Amino acid sequence: MNFQLSEDQEALQQGVRSFCEGRVPFGQLAELERTQGFDPTLWGGLAEMGVFNLRVAERDEGVGLGSADAVLVFQELGRRLVPGPLIWSHLAAGLIKGAATGEVVVGGLDLMGAATAPVLVEHLESLAALLVLRPQGAYRVALEELNAEAVAVALDPLTPMHYVEMLPEGELIVGAEGARRLRLEGGALASAQLLGIAEATLELALDYAKTREQFGRAIGSFQAIKHMLADMFVRQESARAAVYAAGATLDDPEVGDVERAVSAAKINAGDAAMKNARSCIQIHGGMGYTWEVPAHYYLKRTWVLESVFGTVEEHSDRMGMIVEGGL
Amino acid sequence: MDLRYSESEEKFRAELRAWLEVEVPAHGEPSPWGEGDWSARRDYDTRWQRKLYDAGYAGLNWPREYGGRDASLGEQLVYYEEIARAKAPYIGTCFVGMLHGGPTLIAEGTPEQKARHLPYILRGEQIWCQGFSEPGAGSDLASLSTRAVRDGDHYVVNGHKIWCSFAQIADYAELLVRTDPDAPKHRGISWLILPMGTPGIEIRPLRTLAGEGEFSEVFLENVRVPVENRVGEENDGWRVTNVTLRFERGTAFASEMYQLQKFLAELVRLAKRVTRGDGSAWDDVALRREVGRLAAELDALWAMVKLSVCQSSTTGVPGVGASAVKLYYSELNQRVSELAMRVLGRGVLSQVDVAGMPSRAVLGRALNSLSITIAAGTSQIQRNIISERILGLPREAR
Repeated sequence: MNFQLSEDQEALQQGVRSFCEGRVPFGQLAELERTQGFDPTLWGGLAEMGVFNLRVAERDEGVGLGSADAVLVFQELGRRLVPGPLIWSHLAAGLIKGAATGEVVVGGLDLMGAATAPVLVEHLESLAALLVLRPQGAYRVALEELNAEAVAVALDPLTPMHYVEMLPEGELIVGAEGARRLRLEGGALASAQLLGIAEATLELALDYAKTREQFGRAIGSFQAIKHMLADMFVRQESARAAVYAAGATLDDPEVGDVERAVSAAKINAGDAAMKNARSCIQIHGGMGYTWEVPAHYYLKRTWVLESVFGTVEEHSDRMGMIVEGGL
Repeated sequence: MDLRYSESEEKFRAELRAWLEVEVPAHGEPSPWGEGDWSARRDYDTRWQRKLYDAGYAGLNWPREYGGRDASLGEQLVYYEEIARAKAPYIGTCFVGMLHGGPTLIAEGTPEQKARHLPYILRGEQIWCQGFSEPGAGSDLASLSTRAVRDGDHYVVNGHKIWCSFAQIADYAELLVRTDPDAPKHRGISWLILPMGTPGIEIRPLRTLAGEGEFSEVFLENVRVPVENRVGEENDGWRVTNVTLRFERGTAFASEMYQLQKFLAELVRLAKRVTRGDGSAWDDVALRREVGRLAAELDALWAMVKLSVCQSSTTGVPGVGASAVKLYYSELNQRVSELAMRVLGRGVLSQVDVAGMPSRAVLGRALNSLSITIAAGTSQIQRNIISERILGLPREAR
């Protein structure tokens, strides 16, 4: 056993990190807001880097990597608030032609969980295809059949929403078992993005705590602040362990229970992102309540990711059943 | 990022499991904890330690040259999982020798000190206790004032130690003393091996809130300790101590962490037996959700241990990340224990089993869990360590 990142994995993560830092700096967020969180050039760059065809086999012109690698990539996307229907296009890479290369932007809806209403489609205006997960299977819904109404102001300024009152059934493209698997993969990737958010908000709060002075000293020298930051670190590390374990388990189901691993990842990463984003705002004081400090983008994105592929509550209920089932 | 145990690790697991299946039931139950039972307790623990030794499982992470197994990290994790699964006897009174004193001697002891102690600790023939904390030196351990004055080839020690687990049955203590009262507090401390039979030692048991006599106060009056019993250089004891503390915060609780997962499952079994209204406590959706949530956190904790153990393999000693593991584990343990108390309902008001409910075991665990956010560095000290050594924030006064 070696649970540490391999050299290749470290290089992969570093590569995605530099790309994201270069292409989506905080200064770019206002511009991305103007384009509704979608930038075709950025999308092309992500495709070129292998974000969508990462797990497609090499013989099918993919990168040929696994879920353990994918979670590292999505962790970095989460860390830099990279917008767009990233997970759906990644999941669709082997299912919908053109998704793997980024030419066809695929969005999606997860209707398999407990809390899926109202039906809100993310990034609808940028989409060329829509994938819908239902307990019976994965469906492709034709966009022209969709009667959707734009939400005037979305919570996350980089994730526009459309409300759909009547969703057409669409065409079944994957069976129930496949849909279940897609949802688990999506859950691991959303958890990875949430981990990235937990890391980024700690980093932001830490930088601020080291430089902001009150009462003649850095606020990071007060135990009240230090201990908040220490708790943020513990949440980040427990989320990291759970997310990496989910990736490794998806690749090698013999090392554990895939469903359990994904639930544990979504619960721990969801909790870490939510609490760290909130602490980040709190540590910034009044500035944390402004639009200017990027902390709010992270909290809002957390709500977007919390609501897909199973909420913390849904996964907790499932974990309860798993523990009971293991008696 | 590979969670798969190798073939040889799985072979090790199969052998260990088969051995435990025979030996654990044969070893029987420990005598109940409490005052007066300490020699029985010692006998129970040391007989188990001897069995581990004879079977080649003692000192799993000790180097081979000192009689250990020098096991791979995978084997160590397998070991922690299997002894928790088999409900093997707790390391108990052998804790300090096996996990503190022994590893410190391995790292810092002279060849003579190693020969005089390591084989005996490993075979369960030497019990050690800790003489670190003092009434005036708890979290601020380096402010300790127990004095050691050189007199020829001896130190003459005077002072008062507290929270010494198992002192009443220990053969040796790892003793921290002040050898230079004029130096800055971290630079005037030495680490001594104290034979507990030396004249001038008085042991007074302390009763814990759980009603147990695990801890003692130790009073030292003109106790003569040979200079050859000093580990490390004179006044270099703080550095030596930190070697020990890092071990304590590393994998010392690994098996208990894994065991907590098993306890959560027992809690579900218990909830199904507890009547609430027309059904059982397990019908409560909020309880199920809380159990699920704790299970997820325990899974994350165990994954954190795996990550931390794998990382420590590169450095040789557990890193500061071990503080995060200790902090998370001890607080999680309290949450799980409190939930179990809630499940018991009014059964929690009895410290002995009542109406067929396992009050004794649940209460024993829950009351004991209150100590783990205090022992081995309080949760607040862990947060200081994390924020200063990992996050680089300004240091507290020292």
